Parts: sequence; structure tokens; C-alpha cells
Amino acid sequence: MPDQFTDVENLAAQIGDGAKVALAPDYSGCAMAVVRSLVARGVRGLHLVGVPSVGLQGDLLIGAGCVSVLETAAVTMDEFGPAPRFTAAVKAGTLKVIDGTCPAIHAGLQAAEKGIPYMPVRGIVGSDLLAHRDDWTIGDNPFDAESGPLVLVKAIRPDFALFHAPLADRYGNVWVGVRREMMTMAHAAGAALVTYEESYDGNLLTDPALAAGTIPGLYISALAEAKQGAWPVGLYGRYPADAAHMAEYVEMAKTEEGFAAYLDRFVSRSAAAE
Amino acid sequence: MTQDYRPEELLIATVAAMLDGLNHVAVGASSPIPGSAALLSRARPGGIRHVSMLGSVEHNPFTNGGVELFDCAAEGRIDAFFLGGGQIDGEANINLVGIGDYPELKVRFPGSFGSAYLYFLVPRVILFREEHTARVMVPKVDFISAPGTSDAAVDRPGGPYAMVTGRCVFDFDRDRKRFALRSVHPGHTAAEIRENTGFDYDEPGSVPETPAPDAATLALIRGRVADEVAETYPAFAERVWGRQRAA
Repeated sequence: MPDQFTDVENLAAQIGDGAKVALAPDYSGCAMAVVRSLVARGVRGLHLVGVPSVGLQGDLLIGAGCVSVLETAAVTMDEFGPAPRFTAAVKAGTLKVIDGTCPAIHAGLQAAEKGIPYMPVRGIVGSDLLAHRDDWTIGDNPFDAESGPLVLVKAIRPDFALFHAPLADRYGNVWVGVRREMMTMAHAAGAALVTYEESYDGNLLTDPALAAGTIPGLYISALAEAKQGAWPVGLYGRYPADAAHMAEYVEMAKTEEGFAAYLDRFVSRSAAAE
Repeated sequence: MTQDYRPEELLIATVAAMLDGLNHVAVGASSPIPGSAALLSRARPGGIRHVSMLGSVEHNPFTNGGVELFDCAAEGRIDAFFLGGGQIDGEANINLVGIGDYPELKVRFPGSFGSAYLYFLVPRVILFREEHTARVMVPKVDFISAPGTSDAAVDRPGGPYAMVTGRCVFDFDRDRKRFALRSVHPGHTAAEIRENTGFDYDEPGSVPETPAPDAATLALIRGRVADEVAETYPAFAERVWGRQRAA
């Protein structure tokens, strides 16, 4: 077995203070078990990158004071309502938000995976987003200057891509299926840290039905098994969100005291170690 | 005649009528009513052929991750999309970021999502916002997530087509940068809309009523559409139609 296999605690331990971490939205693969471990450890100064948005992972880390910078197209808890700790942190002025738009985040990661400094993106011209981004600029099409201005988005190179996947095999290959933004994250990041729901008995790369949705182990720095690793968020194709728990979180996290009580109940050291 | 449908069902039917005959509609985040409308249109003869709903496994054909929606739009393969806004102004500029002097915001909204791109590239963008009040429909948005119109030098095949709210339907004229009241939902009045809208717009001498959904449409919404949308929006399906969640 390759030595990148570890447990949730040791996987989380690789993410130090100030790291730039790419995270998936709630409809994709959320490594909630690792996020709880990070909160329990008290990591500080993270720069989160939502690919292209974040949900509970972001709100929990922000509420626990782990985040300095949030680069994202949005923060959403979908049907459960606005993200309460994110909203409170913006109001309090304790969080720097780098507001973006989904395709520009995907393009920045694609530039990084190709090893090029930037990527042109259509649209955006005339949006106030542009005025607040020193990593976006306007350029011309060198092949046809008449075709109008293009926004050039600087490559996004996270230190870590962190996500939860349905399957991994003993060779360290990780199956994400159609959720290929996690593949882009893994390519673009310095290191991909992955939790997985279930071990696949065999080699994901030798099954033609699974290989196309598989990230080869060569991109993966560390793996840890985490049953129900996305809980209380859902995992696509596996289980839905724990709606009662999500609603309870949103309710409790409306106040700082309620959020602290939530952490005591669900994110204490023992809870993080389960 | 007493109203025998729910307000959400009127909105679903109204939006679906704007999709019939098109090839492909995509539905973004937090959009249960537009999503239901897309599924309704697809479920009937002459309706839209393809629906791509963010967050769905069953009703989303994309296999290339989050980027495919945007690539597909850039290729001209998406005919209609929906956008909303915490604030929307009379030139169809939308604000999904917040109220105040950015970055010092008094109220924070979720964020711009893909609006700053899809508004430019999808030919028929339908603005959808249930809350129709002067705090949403403002003279000028505090932050432009995506502009309603662009000058001719900007590559922009797409833009706003209409706006559906909880009270009425507006058309949007891109050349004149102006909304025009198309119809008022049953139970609402043109005067009430004027009072609750912070921007100016055109209004015909006699404002038609938004057509109520017929029995066949309601049956389809309450059957197949409710079933299909519940996969992505279980809380919505439970609230509107009393659908039980899957265990």
C-alpha cells in the first residue's frame, strides 16, 4: 500500500496556518470530517478558495476563526438559507472576501494545471467585481483586436485541494465520477488531500467504466478513509444532506453563542476523532 | 372564480411558457421555481428539450464537472438561464454581493455565482425574484455583479429577456435599457406594482393579467414536476406540495 494512506487527523495535520486551500461546494465532495478536525485543532489564517463556491465547510471554518481570506463566487447553504457565520463575519469586517465568479475560478485553476500564468475569460467586463481584483485585468485578443476586450484571470495555485470522494483504491486512485472540478483542483494544487467514503476492491484505472472518472494516485498526496465523511452535507450519488442537522446548524449559528454551542456538541476533539 | 392554484404554481407555469420551443435551459443555484418551470416545459409536447439543473444527479447531463455549464454557454448551446438579485435596477443590473459601500457592506448576499459570465453569453436570461419590493427593485444597484447591458464593443450575445416576480412579468428592451410591464398576476394591480418598484418602467394603457395555469398544467406540475424537482429541492417540494422527503 502506498504511504499516502493515513487517517483523518494526520491528513488534516498537513494543513498548516496560512495555507491556501481549495474546497468543493455542498453539491460536490465536502471533506467535512477533515474540516471538523481543522476546527478542533484551531488552525488559523487560512485562505479558502471555493471551487467555485463553498457551503457548510466555509461557514464552519469562518465561524471558528480559521479563515483570513475567502476567495469564492458565492457562499451558499442552498435550501437551508444564507450562511450565517459568513454573513456575520462580513458585517463585522473580520473576513477579507475576494469576490469572483464561477467560470473565472475554474479558468484560474485550469491555467494553473496547464502551467500558464493566466487564462482569458469571456463576460465580466462592466461588472464591479473587476475593479476589486488585482489578479484580473483586461486585455485584447491578439489575433483580432476588434473582437472586444477580454478579462485575463491570473492562475490560481492552491497549496492544497481538499475534498471527499465516493471511492478510492489501494493504489491511491480516487474516483470522482462526473464531479471533475475535483480533478482540476487536484491538478492545480500543490497537494491533494482526499478522504473517501469506501475502498474499491481492485484497480479503478483498469475498469473502463470507472477509469474516466478517476484521479490517478500520482496527483494525490494523502488519503484517509472517512465513512459518512461529507456528513451533514450530502455526497453526490451516495447520500443526501442530513436536512434536520443542516437546519439545526443554520439556526444555532445565527448567534455567536449558538455557534459555540454547536462546536461544543459536534466539533469537540472527541467528535473530530470519530 | 376562486384561485385554485398556489402562487408558486402560477410562477412555474409563467416561466415555463418562456422556455417552450427552446433546446436547452440551464438552472443555477437556489432556483426551485425556475427549476420546476424547466422540468414542466420539458414534460410537455413542444417544450424545451434539455434541462441541466445544478445540484441534480438525475436532471443534469454534464459529465465534465462544474466548468461544463460555462463552456456549454460559451459555445452557444444554452438558450435560457435564470438570474436573480438581492437588488435589481431599472437597467437590469443585478447585485448578488450586498448592500452598502463595497467592501464595507451592511448586508451581505451570497455572491455573484456565474452571473458575471452567463448574463453575457446566454441569449435568453430570465430574471427571477419572488420578492417584489422597493428594497429589491431599486433605482440603482449598490454593486453591479453583472450589468444588464453593455456597449457595442463588448462581446455579448446574451442578456436579459424578461423578469418574473411575485407580482408581475416585465419584458426588457436591451436597446432602450428599460423594462415594460407585460402582465400583472391575478390578485395584484398595476398601481401596487408601481408603488413597490423603485425604478421607472413602461406600462401599457391597459395591463393584461398573467394567465392562470390550466388544469392539465396543474396536474403536470403536481405530479411529474413535483416528483422530479424534489430530488434537488426536497424542502421546496415538501413546503409547496407536501412531498415527503426520502429517508
